[in-house]
Amino acid sequence: MRVEVGPDLDSFRTAARGLLARGVSPEQVLFTEEGSGQGSLLAPAVVPASAPVAGLSVPPAFLELAQKVACHRSPERWGLLYRVLWRLTHGERKLLEVESDADVYRVLTLAKGVQRDAHKMKAFVRFRRVEREGEEFFIAWHRPEHFIVRYVAPFFARRFPSMRWSILTPDASVSWDLEQLTYGPGVPRSQAPEGDALEEMWRTYYASTFNPARLNVRAMRAEMPKKHWATLPETRLIPELVRQAPQRTSRMVSPKLELSESSRFMPEHQDLASLAQAAQGCRACPLHERATRTVFGEGPAGARLMLVGEQPGDQEDRVGRPFIGPAGQLLDTVLAAVGLEREQLYVTNAVKHFGWVEGEEKQRLHAKPGRSEVLACKGWLDAEVAQVRPKMILCLGATAAQAFLGPGFRINLSRGQIFETPWAKAWMATFHPSALLRMPDERARAQARIHFEADLRRAADTLRALG
Amino acid sequence: MDVRKKLEILADAAKYDASCSSSGGKRKAGKEGLGSVEGMGICHSYTPDGRCVSLLKILLTNFCIYDCQYCINRISSDTARARFTPAEVVRLTLDFYKRNYIEGLFLSSGVIKSPDYTMEQLIEVARTLREVHGFQGYLHLKAVPGASKELIDKAGLYADRLSANIELPTDGDLKKLAPEKSFAVTGGTMKEISARVEQSRAERQESPKAPKFAPAGQSTQMIVGATPTPDAAILDTASRLYTRFKLKRVYYSGYSPIPLVDARLPAKSPPLVREHRLYQADWLLRFYGFRVDELTPPEQPDLSLELDPKLAWALRRREAFPVDVNRAPREALLRVPGMGVRTVDRLLRIRRWHRVTLADLARLRVPLTRMKPFIVTADHRPTGLIDSSRLAERVTPPSTQLSLFTSAREALTGEL
Ligand code: SF4
Ligand code: SF4
Repeated sequence: MRVEVGPDLDSFRTAARGLLARGVSPEQVLFTEEGSGQGSLLAPAVVPASAPVAGLSVPPAFLELAQKVACHRSPERWGLLYRVLWRLTHGERKLLEVESDADVYRVLTLAKGVQRDAHKMKAFVRFRRVEREGEEFFIAWHRPEHFIVRYVAPFFARRFPSMRWSILTPDASVSWDLEQLTYGPGVPRSQAPEGDALEEMWRTYYASTFNPARLNVRAMRAEMPKKHWATLPETRLIPELVRQAPQRTSRMVSPKLELSESSRFMPEHQDLASLAQAAQGCRACPLHERATRTVFGEGPAGARLMLVGEQPGDQEDRVGRPFIGPAGQLLDTVLAAVGLEREQLYVTNAVKHFGWVEGEEKQRLHAKPGRSEVLACKGWLDAEVAQVRPKMILCLGATAAQAFLGPGFRINLSRGQIFETPWAKAWMATFHPSALLRMPDERARAQARIHFEADLRRAADTLRALG
Repeated sequence: MDVRKKLEILADAAKYDASCSSSGGKRKAGKEGLGSVEGMGICHSYTPDGRCVSLLKILLTNFCIYDCQYCINRISSDTARARFTPAEVVRLTLDFYKRNYIEGLFLSSGVIKSPDYTMEQLIEVARTLREVHGFQGYLHLKAVPGASKELIDKAGLYADRLSANIELPTDGDLKKLAPEKSFAVTGGTMKEISARVEQSRAERQESPKAPKFAPAGQSTQMIVGATPTPDAAILDTASRLYTRFKLKRVYYSGYSPIPLVDARLPAKSPPLVREHRLYQADWLLRFYGFRVDELTPPEQPDLSLELDPKLAWALRRREAFPVDVNRAPREALLRVPGMGVRTVDRLLRIRRWHRVTLADLARLRVPLTRMKPFIVTADHRPTGLIDSSRLAERVTPPSTQLSLFTSAREALTGEL
């Protein structure tokens, strides 16, 4: 049988009472919403709304849940509520305690969705002040996901009793006139006020309270979904704040301009060839003692893209050229796939000597350079950047990224984002290719590989866009 | 200097304080008033660092007569300075609140002239908001360590929460980096607050009309990673604060590099994940029945950065597992890796009606892979895994990315 409801909780309750009283089981009913089907086959008057049905008492927890579920946009909600109601009144009184039951789980999920939406409405409504005939009004336009205006409005009445306010949404609107709430139809955004002088002040606060040293865009997005950004005045600052974060952080981390140890070994003429030659004699940190030779960067002086890795590995150390081992081969493959040619790039490392420890079979195992070695070697890197003057720098791995932006930089948080920096117009960091080879977990490795390729592709696109 | 410029400077200076939640308490404005506090506070926005913007968090001034080395406002720093008048702060709070930007005000300050003088200024803001404007939004005031009892008493009548910052985990650390501060003085202020909170609670039990005193209690903040002090000492201090002064929260703030830093401080900030591990351990201490020495035994005084502290403990104490989900008492369930307080309470309810299976757990959205080696369900029993030396590898989440992503949320909910 087909039963048409409200769509509001009261009309559902009336219908459900009637159905329960006549012993109609959930499989026998199909709920439709007013205006979406034919007329009701069950006149709501079959059982008067106020008359209690014998033996029908539902736990208060159900009513509380139903109130939320009723606001949900999903058309399945009435059928679902009736099924749970049926089971509650047919021998499963404690059903709601079994949160792992499929029906209960679904009801709870819908309720949670509404709850979250209500919470976001309380958080993200932004009033704008307007004056009309000498009176002050506060008006907001908000786009909730579900039909929650009536559910949430009392909250605003409690919070702003002495203000005349309205909240407009596409489905419904509500106003408070200092005495009571009045509900009305939906209102398009174009009818809401455009701005408020105070928003500039609010943006000032928003920008200042942000700590660029802890950039974590993912966490922000998880809590403040993009679909709400359009009505939040502060969100227009986000791209700029993110873009400038590394630059601001680097000012925080290296306040004093320390002279890198390696500057003692700089040649008089700093063209790439002279630099490469002088670096062969660098003794600025202990790494040179155990390595075979300095592995300097290579590539044309006018390269538009500069790749910076961590440090040469075993094979690079023997041959004297950067990125020729297994990691280098992987890099070449991906570079080719995204349409970049190695010959046109300048490729180098943050640290120019191979650092290693002896393994169990006497093999030379890569040892990550420490901060002091990175800083010692930074002089060479800076000189290379100054000579090549790339449009874009792509750092492979945390060591390279941190050589520029300080030890606070996190690959996991900021990988793949383009930043504007003092060293190049566009700057990005991604995984080191050898990390892709080393990760023990297969799934994580595959995932990282996908990210790596996507990042390189993005880098290639950015480079093209830079002209 | 105009208000906007001041706001820029004084919000920037306040942003290193992490203790910015607005939960707890209940307030409702009268017809002529403004504002309410209901249960969990609301985050009105998020900045790109992933942190919630709930309160207008500012300093009254960043002038300071003290010289705490980790602080950008110390007297020897040459940062730009500004000072709000109390009226300006009141105006800004009301204006922001009326547009639903914020839940209330978190007002702190550098120390000007003396602790008492500074405290009086903070109180003046709170008094004006409450008494002149009928403001019932959330107010968090800094209690300046060493301010007189009378002033602390007065501040608590207006504020929802008071907090005196302990700043560093040991007295020795304070001596080194914040010579004007000490555990004794800050502890004295905390003690006064906790005594008054308790007194007011008792009075209100007799008569609901008795005045409220800081109904959302007190919290504190500790800076982590500015000194080499290990996690064991940090957690030990935290746990003593919880017991002695009934603190609501201890906030751990990873030392953030500040401009023009002092040579005694480390050049780098501690890994973000350390702060996250401390929050996890903190929850384990408060709600899961763990002791400090279980989480940070003498041979391992620092929390593992790779493993969450509960998992690390479970791997050290394999003989305590597997735990039978259908039989074990609450305390034992709480110690299973991946099992949060909410999950445990749900399971206790569910198992009264039927025997719990893996499918039940899956529907409760628990991290099954991590949990499976440690539990017995109606349809599952781990096979020898518990002794396997590769266990740690198997149950460790694939990358730390996940845990960083969830950290902000976990700090709020504490589900482990
Ligand atoms: S690693 Fe760099 S700084 Fe160290 S000796 Fe080699 S070239 Fe010089
Ligand atoms: S007293 Fe507070 S504001 Fe002043 S220097 Fe110390 S930490 Fe900074």
